[in-house]
Amino acid sequence: MEYSSLQRQVAYMKKGLFDQGYLDEQFDELEELQDEASPNFVEEVVTLFFRDSSRLMANIEQALERCPQDFRRLDSYMHQLKGSTSSIGALRVKNECTKFREYCDQEHLDGCQRSFQKVKREHAVLKQKLESYFQLLRQIGPTERATRSGS
Amino acid sequence: MMSLAREGSQGGRELHVLAVDDSSVDLAVIARLLRSSKHRVTTVDSGKRALELLDLEPNVNMIITDYWMPEMTGYDLLKKIKESSTLKEIPVVIMSSENVPNRISRCLEEGAEDFLLKPVRPSDVSRVCSRVM
Repeated sequence: MEYSSLQRQVAYMKKGLFDQGYLDEQFDELEELQDEASPNFVEEVVTLFFRDSSRLMANIEQALERCPQDFRRLDSYMHQLKGSTSSIGALRVKNECTKFREYCDQEHLDGCQRSFQKVKREHAVLKQKLESYFQLLRQIGPTERATRSGS
Repeated sequence: MMSLAREGSQGGRELHVLAVDDSSVDLAVIARLLRSSKHRVTTVDSGKRALELLDLEPNVNMIITDYWMPEMTGYDLLKKIKESSTLKEIPVVIMSSENVPNRISRCLEEGAEDFLLKPVRPSDVSRVCSRVM
């Protein structure tokens, strides 16, 4: 009884993440790859994402302070970040990355700087939300998680 | 030289796939996709390491590589493999997050088995593995 209440909470939280545009169907695809042999696959990949994306964002932050500005380098970093966001289904972060790259194309430094603040904000919010999601998931046993149908 | 895929424990063919990507996230995803289809996967994070591994371990049935990597792109890696008398028969699949028609046709003309757009789906993996098997 307790498990099904937790599962309902998890499903509700996940629905919220999708409805508010934080996640897209790629996140579902990753959850489909979880099984008893790899019950924590999504959390592992998301952990990798936040590790790598934090490093990339630190590089971007430094690169934005350079003078003269190297827009190709900025775009290259953001291309990598956008790729990872797409791979985990981080839709809002991905959309902000796209806008940043548009400003890079225009060599619009001000636009890049403003856009990057939005990337950072969305990244931080997503991290917090996914931490809560996985914390809740951990309260459900691995077998329950692996065999849970997608919501 | 072409190595034969092994018979898997449940009668299917088990391929040994070399996955190449500088993104640890994408490498984890492609490895999981392949392993969930019961294939053996070795992962490396660069074209240079891929070539080093292929030197030591020739029993690779398929290579799946990201296109855009620093120092050596997936296209460069594809060319080196196709130029090698020992490696040229190994099918090479390229992955990219960008749908650039010139890029796709260049890779296919160079002998790539297929070109997959990221994020890669299980159906993409089934398709390319079936063709190799």
